[in-house]
Amino acid sequence: MSQAEWPLFEVFIRSKNGLNHKHVGSLRAADEEMAIQNARDVYTRRSEGVSIWVVQSSLITASDPQDADALFEPADSKIYRHPTFYDVPDGISHM
Amino acid sequence: MEEKKALFEYLLRLGDDSLILGQRLSEWCGHGPILEEDIAMTNIALDLIGQATNLFEYASSLGVDKRSADELAFVRYEKDYRNLLLVEQENTDFGYTLARQFLFDAFRKPFFEALSQSSDQQLAAIAEKSLKETKYHLQHSSEWMIRLGDGTDESHERIQQAVNQLWAYTEEIFEQDQIDQQLIQAGIAVDLSVIRASWTKQVQAVFSEAGIDLPQNTWQQKGGRQGKHTEHMGYLLAEMQFMQRAYPQMEW
Repeated sequence: MSQAEWPLFEVFIRSKNGLNHKHVGSLRAADEEMAIQNARDVYTRRSEGVSIWVVQSSLITASDPQDADALFEPADSKIYRHPTFYDVPDGISHM
Repeated sequence: MEEKKALFEYLLRLGDDSLILGQRLSEWCGHGPILEEDIAMTNIALDLIGQATNLFEYASSLGVDKRSADELAFVRYEKDYRNLLLVEQENTDFGYTLARQFLFDAFRKPFFEALSQSSDQQLAAIAEKSLKETKYHLQHSSEWMIRLGDGTDESHERIQQAVNQLWAYTEEIFEQDQIDQQLIQAGIAVDLSVIRASWTKQVQAVFSEAGIDLPQNTWQQKGGRQGKHTEHMGYLLAEMQFMQRAYPQMEW
């Protein structure tokens, strides 16, 4: 009998009141259909969702944590990118 | 027979099918081949036990005798259980478990579809709720039949073996007696001879995709509806009834 492990899948669930799918975890399955079924059983038993996405973990390209300095730090010193320099006129709500 | 008594008996049959299969499946809890499948089988077991709860509560409310739903579920003797022989068969291995599940689900889906049209509103409501669960059960067990039948040489051989063994308990699913006839006349029960075509079609479609041969053995074992069970039933009940026997009336 083969002892090879099934591929890993990342699971994304859209909740009833949420607009976008959120990453909830991962699981193993032989293929995409089984991954959907398993995700249903593992991650939606308590009515957490109305839609499921799965994708093989190996298909995800991730940023390298070692590049974090170069990728993200330059944004820290550019406060002018945040819209915080406007005076909100009186009487405007919901800003 | 008085209609209420016939309905009571009918509810016990349906409830026992769900309860005993739920108990069997729950034996996999913590022993599944993979975590995800362990959870899937436990979920299905809980669905089935939930169906049994609804059916026994309805049976108890008819006032035919004074037994509560819990008493109906847990303190009857073996010969008083009315479940199909199929559902009490041992888990044996994963393939055997899935074959048993598939043969049952393929029956239960068209059965609940028809029962949701019952003239008895309470029964129709239970059927409608159970149907949603059963559709998923059937999808789950059908896909596994195909995977195992069309998988490796070993998985194919073992699922074929399981199907061959369990085939002897399939004829009983469609047996009907006076209670069925009486309730069919009243528009309450489902005519199983009509359901049979759907079952056969589903079984043949999945077997053909899975490369599983239809068993040729014609020998059939029956008797579950009359309380004549196979040798596995007593052991199952001993485990299932232990708490209620040791601590009568206990609740948790």
